[in-house]
Amino acid sequence: MKIVVCIKQVPDTAEIKINPETNTLMREGVPSIINPFDLHALEAAVRLKEQRTVRVTVLTMGPPQAEGALREAISLGADDAVLLSDRAFAGSDTWATSYTLAKAISTIGADIVLCGKQAIDGDTAQVGPETAEFLDIPHISYVRKIESVEDTMIKVQRLMDEGYDVVQSSLPVLLTVVKELNIPRMPSIRGILQSKKCEIRTLGKDDINADENDLGLKGSPTQVKNIFAPESTAEKKMIEGTAEEKVESLLGELKKIKCL
Amino acid sequence: MDYFLNENQQIIRDLARRIADERVMPVRAELDEKGEFPWDIMRTIAQSDMMAINIPTEYGGLGMGGFEFILAVEELSRACLGVSTTFAANALGTYPILLYGSEKQKKKYLPDIASGKRLVAFALTEATAGSDAAGVQTTAKLEGNEYVLNGTKQWITNGGEAEIYTVIAMTDKNRGARGASAFVVEKDTPGFSFGKKEDKLGIRASSTRELVFENCRIPKENLIARQGMGFIVAMKTLDKSRTGVGAQGVGVAQGAFDASALYAKERHQFGTPVISFQAVQHMLANMATEIEAARSLVYSVSRYVDGGAKDVSKESAMAKLFATDVAMKVTVDAVQVMGGSGYMKEYPVEKMMRDAKILQIYEGTNQIQRNVIGQSLIKETAKKK
Ligand SMILES: Cc1cc2nc3c(=O)[nH]c(=O)nc-3n(C[C@H](O)[C@H](O)[C@H](O)COP(=O)(O)OP(=O)(O)OC[C@H]3O[C@@H](n4cnc5c(N)ncnc54)[C@H](O)[C@@H]3O)c2cc1C
Ligand SMILES: Cc1cc2nc3c(=O)[nH]c(=O)nc-3n(C[C@H](O)[C@H](O)[C@H](O)COP(=O)(O)OP(=O)(O)OC[C@H]3O[C@@H](n4cnc5c(N)ncnc54)[C@H](O)[C@@H]3O)c2cc1C
Repeated sequence: MKIVVCIKQVPDTAEIKINPETNTLMREGVPSIINPFDLHALEAAVRLKEQRTVRVTVLTMGPPQAEGALREAISLGADDAVLLSDRAFAGSDTWATSYTLAKAISTIGADIVLCGKQAIDGDTAQVGPETAEFLDIPHISYVRKIESVEDTMIKVQRLMDEGYDVVQSSLPVLLTVVKELNIPRMPSIRGILQSKKCEIRTLGKDDINADENDLGLKGSPTQVKNIFAPESTAEKKMIEGTAEEKVESLLGELKKIKCL
Repeated sequence: MDYFLNENQQIIRDLARRIADERVMPVRAELDEKGEFPWDIMRTIAQSDMMAINIPTEYGGLGMGGFEFILAVEELSRACLGVSTTFAANALGTYPILLYGSEKQKKKYLPDIASGKRLVAFALTEATAGSDAAGVQTTAKLEGNEYVLNGTKQWITNGGEAEIYTVIAMTDKNRGARGASAFVVEKDTPGFSFGKKEDKLGIRASSTRELVFENCRIPKENLIARQGMGFIVAMKTLDKSRTGVGAQGVGVAQGAFDASALYAKERHQFGTPVISFQAVQHMLANMATEIEAARSLVYSVSRYVDGGAKDVSKESAMAKLFATDVAMKVTVDAVQVMGGSGYMKEYPVEKMMRDAKILQIYEGTNQIQRNVIGQSLIKETAKKK
C-alpha cells in the first residue's frame, strides 16, 4: 500500500511578528517548521506501517529550502520524500497548489493521501479537498480516528461540532486530519541518521504531466488586492453592579440603540 | 564548554535533550508526587532508539559506545533522575548479557532490549548483602537441566516492571566469592514473584522492589558465563555502568544550576537582582566549576572505557565518586541560592536535592568507591617500589 503525506513548511507562528504597516507576516529570520496538523497526518501514516506493508512518501511543494521539512519527516519515519519545486510554481494560490499537488500524486501513485486540516499560515483548509477533486477521488475531512484500513476500504471518524461521524470510503481516498488523531512521535536516532543521507527526489513542471497554464501565478484565479486585519469598530462598555442592576442597564442600553 | 562531540554524539545529545524538555519536564513533578512509573516516557525513549545505542548492530542495536549512551543519560538526568535511573538501570541489567552472554543468549534477549520491547533489571543486593556483596544468600541449585532459585533480592530498580532480570545467586556457598553465578530470569517464571515496593525520598518515578524466588526453576542455559563467575560478572558490570551514574550526577547538577542561576537573575532584594551579590555569585561560580570538572572527568573516563582499557575499576570509581559528590553539593547549594522558593515544590530544585542523594548510595556507596580507588593505589604503589 502506498501513502502520500502532503506537508507544508510554515513559519513558526510562535516566533512570528506582523508588520503593522502592511499587515503581512514578517517571515525573515523566522524558523520554519512542518505545519503542525501535517505532523499528525505523518504520524497516522507511520503507525499504519506498524500494521501492514506500507510505503510512506512525504510530498511538499515549496522552494528548495523546503527540503528541510522533508528531511525532518524522514527522521519521523517516512520512507522517502519528494520536493515539488520549480520557478513555474511560484505565486500559486490554493487552486494552483492543489492542481500541482494532484499532478504530483498521480505521478507518484497513492492508495491513501493524507493532509493536515489546514496550514497555520494560509489557514484556508482548501488544499486537501481541492486536491482530492483534481485527483477525482473521494475525501474525508477532519479525521480524528482511523478505525480500520483494508486493501480497498477505509473506515474513519470525522470530527463534528457535536460528536463525530463514522465514515467509510473506498480507496484511493484523501483524508485531512485534526490534532485529536494522535500524538506525533519524537524522531528516532536511526531516522535522523537516515534523514541526513537519504536522497530527496525533486520534481519540476516537466515531471508531472501538468498543463503550464494551470501552474503558478498564471494558473491562479485568486487575486490578492489587499491583506488586512479587519478593524474592530464596535464600542465596548462594561456593565457593573448586582445581577438585577446589570439586567436593568443592559435592557436600557439595548433600547437606546434600538435593538429592542 | 565544547567537548568536540562527533555528529552521532550531537544527534544523541540533542534528541535526548528534546525528549527531556518536551516529554519529561512537564510531568516530572507529578511523577514524583505520585511515585508513578514513567511508562509513557520509557516508550518514547525506546521508540527514539535510545535503548539501542550501545547494543551491537548484529543484535538490532546501533553499535555505538558507552560514551554515546551516557550522553543520553546526562540529558535525561537534567530533567528527572527518576526517569534516568529507570533508563540507566535498564542498561545496567543488560551488561551481564552484553559482556558475558552466550551467542544464543544475546540473540534471544538483545534485540528486544534494543527495541525497548522488554525492560531489564539487575539484581545483586539482598538484606544481608549491601556493600558486602559476598553476603548473598539466594541460592541456585542445579537439578538436571534446571537451576532452582530460592531467596529474596531487595531494592531492585525496575523490579516488577522489567521482563528480564539478571540475578546473582550462590551455586556453591562453600566457595565464598567463587561460589556465585549470574542468571537470566524472565518475568512470569513460576516461583518468581514481587514483594515490597519501596516508598522513597527521591527518584520516586523509578520502581524499587523486592524479588522473591521460591523454588523458581529456570533452564540451565540461563546461566551467564560459567558457574562460579557471578561476582566477576557483577563487578565488571558495575565497572561499565559507573560512568552512567557519574553522568546522572552531571545532569542533575546542571539542571539544578540552570534553575537557580535563572532565579538569581530574576529575584530582586535590596533593589537589585540577588545574582549581583558576590556571595551568591561565588556559590554559582563554584557550582559551575565543579559541574564542568565532573563532566570532564566522566567524559574522559567513559572514552577511556570505550577505548578498550582492560582494568577500569579505579577510573570508573573516580568518575562516579566525584560527579555524584558534586551533584549532592550543587543541588543543596541550588536550594540555598533560591532561598525559600528553592525549598518549595513550585520549583524543581527541592526534588533534585532529594533525588541526588541516591547517587552517593547505589551501585556502590561513595565510601566503597573510595575503597576501590584505595585498593588500586595500593596495587600501583606495590608495583612501583
Ligand atoms: C494569489 C496568491 C498567490 C500566492 N502566492 C504565493 C507565493 O508566491 N508563495 C507562497 O509561498 N504562497 C503563496 N500563496 C499562498 C499559497 O497559495 C497557499 O499557502 C497554499 O495554497 C496553501 O494554502 P493554505 O496555506 O491555506 O493551506 P491549507 O489549505 O490550509 O492546507 C491544508 C493542507 O494541505 C496541504 N498543503 C498545503 N500546502 C501545501 C504545499 N505547498 N505542499 C504540500 N502540501 C500542502 C497540507 O497537508 C496542509 O495541512 C499565494 C496565495 C494566493 C491566493
Ligand atoms: C533506590 C535504590 C535503588 C537500588 N537499585 C538496586 C538495583 O537495581 N540492583 C541492586 O542490586 N541493588 C540496588 N540497590 C542497592 C544499593 O546498591 C545498595 O543500597 C548499596 O550498595 C549500599 O548497600 P546498603 O544499602 O546495604 O548499605 P550498607 O552496606 O549497609 O552500608 C551502610 C553504610 O556503611 C558504609 N560501609 C559499608 N561497608 C563499608 C566499608 N567496607 N568501608 C567503608 N564504609 C562502608 C556504607 O558506605 C554506608 O555508608 C538500590 C538501592 C536503592 C536505595
